[in-house]
Amino acid sequence: MTSGRSLGFYLLLAPVLLWLLLLVIIPHIDLALVSLRERVGVGQYAFSFANFLTFLNEPLYLVTFARTAVMSILATFITLIVGFPVAYFIAKMARGKLQPILFVLCLVPFWVSELVRTFGWMILLRETGIISSLLQWLGLVNGPVELLYNDAAIMIGLVYTSMLFMVVPLVTTLSTLDDSLIEAGYDLGGSSASVFREIIVPHAMPGIVSGCIVVFMLSLGNYLTPIMLGGKDSLWFTELIYSQFIVRFNWELGAAFGFMLLFLSTAIVWVALKLTGQSLEKTMG
Amino acid sequence: MATPDLSCIDLTRRFGDALAVDNVSFEVPAGSFFSILGPSGCGKTTIMRMIAGFLEPTSGDILIKGRSVLDVPPNKRPVNMVFQHLALFPMMNIADNIGYGLRRKGLGKAEIEKKVEEALERIGLPGIGKRQVNELSGGQKQRVAIARCMVLEPDVLLLDEPLGALDLKLREQMKIELKSLQHAFDTTFVYITHDQSEALVMSDTIAVMNAGRFEQMAGPEELYHRPETAFVAGFVGDANIFKGEVVRSSGHDVELRTEHGTHIKGVSLLRDIPEGRSAEAYVRPEAIHLSRTADDVAELDNALSGKVEQMLFNGAASRIRIKAEESSETIEVGLPQSGRFDGIRPGQTVNFGWSDKQGNIFETGGKE
Ligand SMILES: Nc1ncnc2c1ncn2[C@@H]1O[C@H](COP(=O)(O)OP(=O)(O)OP(=O)(O)O)[C@@H](O)[C@H]1O
Ligand SMILES: [Mg+2]
Repeated sequence: MTSGRSLGFYLLLAPVLLWLLLLVIIPHIDLALVSLRERVGVGQYAFSFANFLTFLNEPLYLVTFARTAVMSILATFITLIVGFPVAYFIAKMARGKLQPILFVLCLVPFWVSELVRTFGWMILLRETGIISSLLQWLGLVNGPVELLYNDAAIMIGLVYTSMLFMVVPLVTTLSTLDDSLIEAGYDLGGSSASVFREIIVPHAMPGIVSGCIVVFMLSLGNYLTPIMLGGKDSLWFTELIYSQFIVRFNWELGAAFGFMLLFLSTAIVWVALKLTGQSLEKTMG
Repeated sequence: MATPDLSCIDLTRRFGDALAVDNVSFEVPAGSFFSILGPSGCGKTTIMRMIAGFLEPTSGDILIKGRSVLDVPPNKRPVNMVFQHLALFPMMNIADNIGYGLRRKGLGKAEIEKKVEEALERIGLPGIGKRQVNELSGGQKQRVAIARCMVLEPDVLLLDEPLGALDLKLREQMKIELKSLQHAFDTTFVYITHDQSEALVMSDTIAVMNAGRFEQMAGPEELYHRPETAFVAGFVGDANIFKGEVVRSSGHDVELRTEHGTHIKGVSLLRDIPEGRSAEAYVRPEAIHLSRTADDVAELDNALSGKVEQMLFNGAASRIRIKAEESSETIEVGLPQSGRFDGIRPGQTVNFGWSDKQGNIFETGGKE
C-alpha cells in the first residue's frame, strides 16, 4: 500500500524532475562551465574569470545592464498601477456575466503571437501611423511625429505584454476578499484611501508580489519588444546576449552575460521580497 | 420624552419590483435593546444596511438622535455594525483590529493603546492584543467584533445575526453575555435574528417582521402571551393550531368548532370575529394543564381527555402528544419534569385542559 503510493508519487514527480534536470539544471551547469573558461589558443581553453572581468570593465555592458534593470522595474510598477484598478473592477465591481467577459477580454491579445502584437503597436506609433495621423488631423502637430524607437515605446510594449500576468493573480486574490471586510472598514470610519491601504492592499499582497515577480522576469528577459519598438540607443541586455552567441560566436562571454542576468533577477526579487516583508512561500502558498 | 436614539419613519426599500422593506416605522429609546425578529429573507438585513448607510432607502427617513442621516455616508454615521460573519480584519492583530476606528479618528498612539487595553478588559480578554484573528475561538472573536465597534462609542450598535455562526452551547452563553455587554457599554443595541429565543431572552422590545412588514412590536412577555396576529402567534414560541369555524362569538370570547368536531374556547383580543367565519386557535403546549384525574381540569374552560400517543423527551421542553378521545385531534402538551408525571407511558389515558385566556383565536383569510 505505502510502497504503491510512493511509486505513484515518484511517477507523477518524474516529469517535473526530468524537465528541471534536462532544461534547467544541465544547460545551466554547462553554461556555467562555458562562462568560466577562456580561449587561450585554437581549441584550447583555460579556467578564468576573464569573461566576467570583461563585463565589469566595459561601460556599455554595465550601462545596458543597469538600464535593463531600471526599465524592467519601472515597467513592473506601471503594470501594477494600471493592472490593479482593472483587476479590482473585474473581481469586485463587475457582476454576473460581465466578469467572465472582461476576463476573456484581457486574454484576447494573447491569442495572437507576440510578434503580431508588437507589430500592432508599430502600426499605431510609427510616423505614418494612426496616432500620428490623428494628431495631425486634430491640428495638434504640424508634421508627422515619430513615436516609435524610444524608451517610452518600449515601456508601452512591455506593460501591454505583461498586463495579463499582473491581472490574473490580482483578480484571484482580490476575489477572495470578503465584501463585508471592505464594508466594515467604511463602517468603522475609514476613508476610501485607508480602506485601500489597510485592508485591500494587505489582502492582495500575495497577488501583488507574484504578479510583480512574473512581470519583472518577463520584462527583464524580453527580447522582441525592445528590439522592435526601441531605438538605436535603447539597448536591452538580452540583445547583448544574443549578439555574443549568434553574431560573434563568443559563447563564453554570452554565457557570462546570461549568468549576470540570472544573478540580477534573483537579487532584485530577493531585495523586493525583503523590502515588502513577504516570503516566497507565503506568496505561492 | 427624550429623543430616541434611532427612529425610522416609513422606511421602504425596493429591489426592482420586489418590496424588501415595506413602510416600516419604529423608535428605539436610548440605552435599550431592540430586536427585529423574522424568518429568513423577510428584509431584516436590508433594514440594517439602510441604517448603517450601505443601502439607500427608496423612501422614508432615518433619524439618529433626532437628526436625519440620509445624506451622511456610512463612514461618518454615528452607528457601527457587527457583521453576520464578524468581518474581523485577518491582516491585523487583535489590538489593531480594535484600534482601527480610533486610528481613523486620528487619536494619538498612546491613547489608542490605552483605549484598546480598556476595551479588551471590558470584554474579559485582557492581554490578547498581540494575537492574530485566527488564534481566537468563535466566542472570543464575537466579543472582539463588539469591542471593535464599542471603542468608537457609537450612538447605536447594529448586530446582524452575530450568533448565527456559533454552536448551540456557545450561543446560549453568548446570549447572556451580549446582554451584560450592553449594560457594560450602556449603548443602544439593534439586534436582528431569526431565532426567537435569542430575541426573547435579550430584548427590551421585539419587532416581529414578516415579508417586509412589522407584524407586532412589543416586549417579550406581551409578544408571547398576547400575539396580535396569527403569524406572531405561530412564529414566537410553539403552539398547537386548531383550524375551525366560529360557532359562538361575544365580545372577546370566541368559540371554535374544529374540523374534528372539538369545541375550543378562546379569546380574540383585537378584533371581533363574526360567527360562521373560519378561524385558527393557537394554544401553547406549556399552557396546557395536565392531570391524571378528570376532576383536576374540570373547572378549566377547555377540558379534554385522551390517549398518550408519543413521548417527546427534550429535557425541560419535554412534551407528550395526545390523541383526544372524542375527536381524534392530536395535541401536544408540555410535560413538567417535576416527577409528577414520571410514570406516563404511551397508551395511557390522561386529562388535560386550559383556560380560554390561553387560546388566541385569529380569523383566517381576514384582513389583518
Ligand atoms: N441586492 C439585492 N438585490 C435584489 N434583491 C435583494 C438584494 N438584497 C436583498 N434582496 C432581497 O430582499 C429580501 C430581503 O433580504 P434580506 O437580506 O434583508 O433578508 P434577511 O431578513 O436579512 O434574511 P436572512 O435572515 O436570511 O439574512 C430578500 O427577498 C432578498 O432576496
Ligand atoms: Mg440577513
